[in-house]
Amino acid sequence: MAQIVDARGLSCPQPVLMTMAEIKKTGKGQIEVLVDTDTSKENVSRAASSQGWQVQNVSEEGGGYRIVIKKDA
Amino acid sequence: MAQMRNIFAARWGIIAVGAFIGVFAALLQKMGNPGNMGICVACFDRDIAGALGLHRADVVQYMRPEIIGFVLGSLIAAYLFKEFRPRAGSAPIVRFVLGAFAMIGALVFLGCPWRALLRLAGGDGNAILGIAGLIGGIWIGTLFLKGGYNLGRSEKAYASVGWMLPLIMIFFLVLRFIYPPLADKPQSGVLFYSLKGPGSMYAPLAVSLLIGLAVGFLAQRSRFCTMGAFRDLILFRQAHLFLGLLGLLVFAFLTNLVVGQFSPGFAKQPIAHTMSVWNFGGMVLAGLAFALAGGCPGRQLFLAGEGDGDAAIFVMGMIVGAGFAHNFGTASSAAGVGPNGIAAVIIGLFVCLFIGFTMRRKIA
Repeated sequence: MAQIVDARGLSCPQPVLMTMAEIKKTGKGQIEVLVDTDTSKENVSRAASSQGWQVQNVSEEGGGYRIVIKKDA
Repeated sequence: MAQMRNIFAARWGIIAVGAFIGVFAALLQKMGNPGNMGICVACFDRDIAGALGLHRADVVQYMRPEIIGFVLGSLIAAYLFKEFRPRAGSAPIVRFVLGAFAMIGALVFLGCPWRALLRLAGGDGNAILGIAGLIGGIWIGTLFLKGGYNLGRSEKAYASVGWMLPLIMIFFLVLRFIYPPLADKPQSGVLFYSLKGPGSMYAPLAVSLLIGLAVGFLAQRSRFCTMGAFRDLILFRQAHLFLGLLGLLVFAFLTNLVVGQFSPGFAKQPIAHTMSVWNFGGMVLAGLAFALAGGCPGRQLFLAGEGDGDAAIFVMGMIVGAGFAHNFGTASSAAGVGPNGIAAVIIGLFVCLFIGFTMRRKIA
């Protein structure tokens, strides 16, 4: 069961802060991040990569994006 | 389009955009803009406030086409790449107040972060104090961010909400066309013009507008932000935006060297004063206000261009703040800080601290 971070409607740097907090909390596994701007999409993906997480999938959803990030072990 | 990789958001993309801004800001100076002020979002918003008569400091009145270009260039990029997303409702009045005090702080130092870099690139040592203050203010902002500070969520809005600031800018441009500057006349129709001082120094309209549009377009694509540059470095140890800032600084410096605009020193720098404590203090206030509002003045213009109605409110706050700054004598001049500048910085810091401490709702 993936954790969901809903960062829609929040401005910089909230989506990244929330994603980083969730990454710290879960350590590994799968997290889904919801954002509503392209800037947030890029920032969250970049932050996840910098933490050694893989961006598995980015899909458009409700005028925004659902970003799935993952880390094994 | 959405699947297409955004090259400007990659590392070399943002460096290139910073370099572009640096080169063309220096060239704008060469073509008529004021010293070390090829582009200054705070100063130019202030000049627009003067052109509209919101303050009557007669040396800083000009309808700056660069600002208009920034918003419209960003709007064009946002539409082309399907990123125009009208949204609003994230504590607008707070953003207005932050915009006003950001301007008041910036006008104590005499420049936004872009101009701080351009001043440094032109050899103005006072800019070091300003940049140090900026970093200090942003650092305080990151402490609030770590403590849960946020302005709440925005909501999707009608397209017209996103169009408001672009439409205002188009209106300003129309005014500039209908009422062009007249030789030796301080007024043309409803617009005020400066006969001396920085407001009387400007590059040709078409040049300013075209460079403004290009910068707006590129900055929207790259998310260039000078506040975010320091914030992300402090908060996440991430240098992405900072590389863009370095690009601006280095290329403005090189361009200044080439065209003979580099003149190192502290005294007698163009549109600058040497009161170090207040060069620092003014930018602490500005940096904190930018950090709390989530973007430097330039970034707020680009966000407004892609439909962010809250960023538009910040911009209006800056323009109105400029009116207060000159009407209340809080803006500095080459002679030093204004009679009420120090009081304004202190009040502004208290207001920002109040906002930072009281808006800490945890996001569920």
